[in-house]
Amino acid sequence: MRFGVIQFPGSCDERDALAAASLVGDAVLLWHRDHDLQGADAVIVPGGFSYGDYLRAGALARFSPIMVEVERFARHGGLVLGICNGFQVLCEAGLLPGALLPNTSLRFVCRQVLLDVVNADTKWTGACEPGDRLSIPAKHQTGRYWAPDPVLDELEVGGQVVLRYATGNGFNGSARDIAGVSNAAGNVVGLMPHPEHAVDPLTGSADGLRLFASAALVAA
Amino acid sequence: MSRHAELGLTDGEYGRIVELIGREPNEVELAMFSLMWSEHCGYKHSRKLLKTLPTEGPRVVMGPGENAGAVDVGGGLACAFKVESHNHPSAVEPFQGAATGVGGILRDVFAVGARPIAVLDSLRFGEPGESARSRYLLEHAVAGIGHYGNSIGVATVGGEIYFESAYEQNCLVNAMCLGLIETEKLIRSAAAGIGNVVVLLGARTGRDGIGGASVLASAELGDADSAKRPTVQIGDPFEEAKLLECSLELLDRGLLVALQDLGAAGLTSSSAEMAAKGGVGLDLDVSRVPLREAGMEPFEIMISESQERMLCVVEPERVQAVLDVCERWEVNATAFGVVTDSGRLRVLVGDRVAGDLPVPALVDECPVYDLALAPPATPLYPAPTRVLDAGGDPGATLLALLGSANLASRRPVFEQYDCLVGSRTARRPEQADAAVLMLDRDGSARRPALAVSIDGNGRRVACDPYRGAVEAVLECSANLACVGAEPLGLTNCLNFGNPEKPHIAWQLSRAVAGIGDACRALGVPVVGGNVSLYNEGGGGPILPTPVVGMVGELPDAGRAGRLGFAQAGDTVALTAASGWAPSLTGSELAKLRGEPPEGELPAADLGELRAVHAAIRQAVRSGALRSAHDVAEGGLAVALAECCVAGEIGAEVTIPGGEPALFGEGPGAFVVSGPRDAFAAFGSAVTVIGTAGGDALRIDGALSVHVAELAGVHAGGLAALLG
Repeated sequence: MRFGVIQFPGSCDERDALAAASLVGDAVLLWHRDHDLQGADAVIVPGGFSYGDYLRAGALARFSPIMVEVERFARHGGLVLGICNGFQVLCEAGLLPGALLPNTSLRFVCRQVLLDVVNADTKWTGACEPGDRLSIPAKHQTGRYWAPDPVLDELEVGGQVVLRYATGNGFNGSARDIAGVSNAAGNVVGLMPHPEHAVDPLTGSADGLRLFASAALVAA
Repeated sequence: MSRHAELGLTDGEYGRIVELIGREPNEVELAMFSLMWSEHCGYKHSRKLLKTLPTEGPRVVMGPGENAGAVDVGGGLACAFKVESHNHPSAVEPFQGAATGVGGILRDVFAVGARPIAVLDSLRFGEPGESARSRYLLEHAVAGIGHYGNSIGVATVGGEIYFESAYEQNCLVNAMCLGLIETEKLIRSAAAGIGNVVVLLGARTGRDGIGGASVLASAELGDADSAKRPTVQIGDPFEEAKLLECSLELLDRGLLVALQDLGAAGLTSSSAEMAAKGGVGLDLDVSRVPLREAGMEPFEIMISESQERMLCVVEPERVQAVLDVCERWEVNATAFGVVTDSGRLRVLVGDRVAGDLPVPALVDECPVYDLALAPPATPLYPAPTRVLDAGGDPGATLLALLGSANLASRRPVFEQYDCLVGSRTARRPEQADAAVLMLDRDGSARRPALAVSIDGNGRRVACDPYRGAVEAVLECSANLACVGAEPLGLTNCLNFGNPEKPHIAWQLSRAVAGIGDACRALGVPVVGGNVSLYNEGGGGPILPTPVVGMVGELPDAGRAGRLGFAQAGDTVALTAASGWAPSLTGSELAKLRGEPPEGELPAADLGELRAVHAAIRQAVRSGALRSAHDVAEGGLAVALAECCVAGEIGAEVTIPGGEPALFGEGPGAFVVSGPRDAFAAFGSAVTVIGTAGGDALRIDGALSVHVAELAGVHAGGLAALLG
């Protein structure tokens, strides 16, 4: 299993994502200006502030050369995970439904949160069971998930709501406490919390490792 | 007013300049002198004092004088670290002032080649309950720190905030950064190699921050300060993120001879210091510097404090490789100068010479003044507003302390900072007395780590500058001991009022003496720091505030201590130096009761305290203790309450001695918990005081308060003020 982790100027968590993915497979950094996924079986769009998040979070990164390849890869069923800023980028690119708006508090918040696994049938949650509770940190200022109500209804019915903040754990005002969603096929997943920062009990939790293990399971 | 006086130079200093260069300086040269001879760059009132600090030790690999100091942390790695102030810019424009304070200290650390891994902040504001301006400064300074640190991807892992009316007009924003580097790759800033090329990296140069070092940093604040906003720099963390990655890649590829960040006084100080350290000259053609706006004068280009810029020296045959790396990171790179053997800093505009100064005159000949010392004849600081009457019920007193702005939970602030990027943070804020950051040693069962703490208590230093400063060093050492860490080195930021006033000079010299004596006694070298003087407004000087940042090491992050009680039934004990005699002088309780910061602080037996800290450290490392927490502001009762709140468990204890024993302060005591047999190693230094368990903190004969109530008051105190 080979993970490719994109590095944009302004990425912050790409080394952490690389280290996390390395625990379950090979992992390489992919450069934003390249048109080359280096044979990756799964692509991670990491957290941070790509291109300074100027204009709007994720709005510029979506037009980078590497994203042309990621979009092609995703539409052919390739595994793609967007974390935080990566989630924002995938929404901007139209690979995932909905959008991320500023937190209702308008403040950056960094906090360990509990997530409930809603759908364990996606490529990134296959190692979980529905109802599993994961302790994973979230840290963002623009993480309020939003989509029109009819779209939210469709997502719920279609199993595209993958992760939800456990009761009392949502802090950003997300619609229906949604923390992560997938595309219809379940190969592209985005979430605001950071599973790459929950792969070692010494830093607080190892629950996030299960997302990476899920992807590795697909390849195996 | 004469031109030199407008720029902050005295007539005597101007005369000395004319003598040194043998003529009147032109506008460019005068601007350069005014900055290099400012307190901020030249340390003219503090240099002699700083020389008294101990700077050597077996683990020091880079001492004071470089962009950051560094200590050996084992495994071929060094930790570079430094604290620096950005007080006056933050008082004028708190968001950008604080943000660029973080940006500046990050550059200091990556200028020596180290990758920044953590930031801490030490903040002081006026009373938030009384002052809308202080709430505004707090909110925006915190937002600025978060904006910069979060965006660049460096964890903000700790810090401290205190509120006193003496900081009302002159807030303090001190930022500390730690970075890691393979020791053999540390780079210095001395320019070398005649004919080598000087390359400017990073952002374009604009008119922002012109004169910041002299106008803002080296003079008192006054009423016309809104007019000084143009001297505050504007930060762009995205630009710095690229510059950081680009600089580290240039160093990794061995493409640079020297590297230096552009901070206060911009190109002037960075180039002059590089030339002085290398004993060379530099020719700089400012017409090649990329500008933000047309028509900038040469002197403006030389003194601009535009952020996110670095200066490097490159061998001619490697210039193209440098430019290629910069292009890949989309960082501007401009070859605009050359190293010469002239010993002179020449500012060129194409072929025209706009300034030509001997480097030693700028750097080494900066006047150094002896301080005229005198203890204050009358008390300097007014009594704070009384919010609590004496003689109250101890339970109510405890709740008043826990919910006070100075002691309430910092969660509403630290949750605005990313404390975990980098995947090293083994102890986050409020989990332990110090932050714990793992080193890279994959595959090892034991995970070596660094611990870091930053501390200072202006009110106690105001009571007694010497003992108060000693306590700041002790407090950091105690915090490190509680996670099991041994100190490796120290950085300090000396925030004081106007040193030309004898009582301020007295505070400064007594405090430096205290830091030096404490460092010698504990065996902790000072590897760098910063001085911020002239912190005065119309309301008088700030409290004397030496801020100390200390870095230590521990062998196994898995055994790093925690502050909260861990389980019901554990024995709770007090470990203290034999001379521990807490008193209400200078305490938080005295403040709530409206008492001014005056009176005698208890003396500290430094030799004994070193041994007590070592015993705590060893007990934590051995895994015998399940919690360790230093008794500090608010005294033993507050420390116990903090252990209960963090552990979400009660305790029942006996504390003989009344109010001073409950709420008095003084260095040298710890609350520890663990199995009954965990304390054998402490000998006579330990006193069992009770047992953890239940849902309330019960202090026999004094108070009983539910943990939920303690937690609620603790959580709400600062949150209410932040809105």
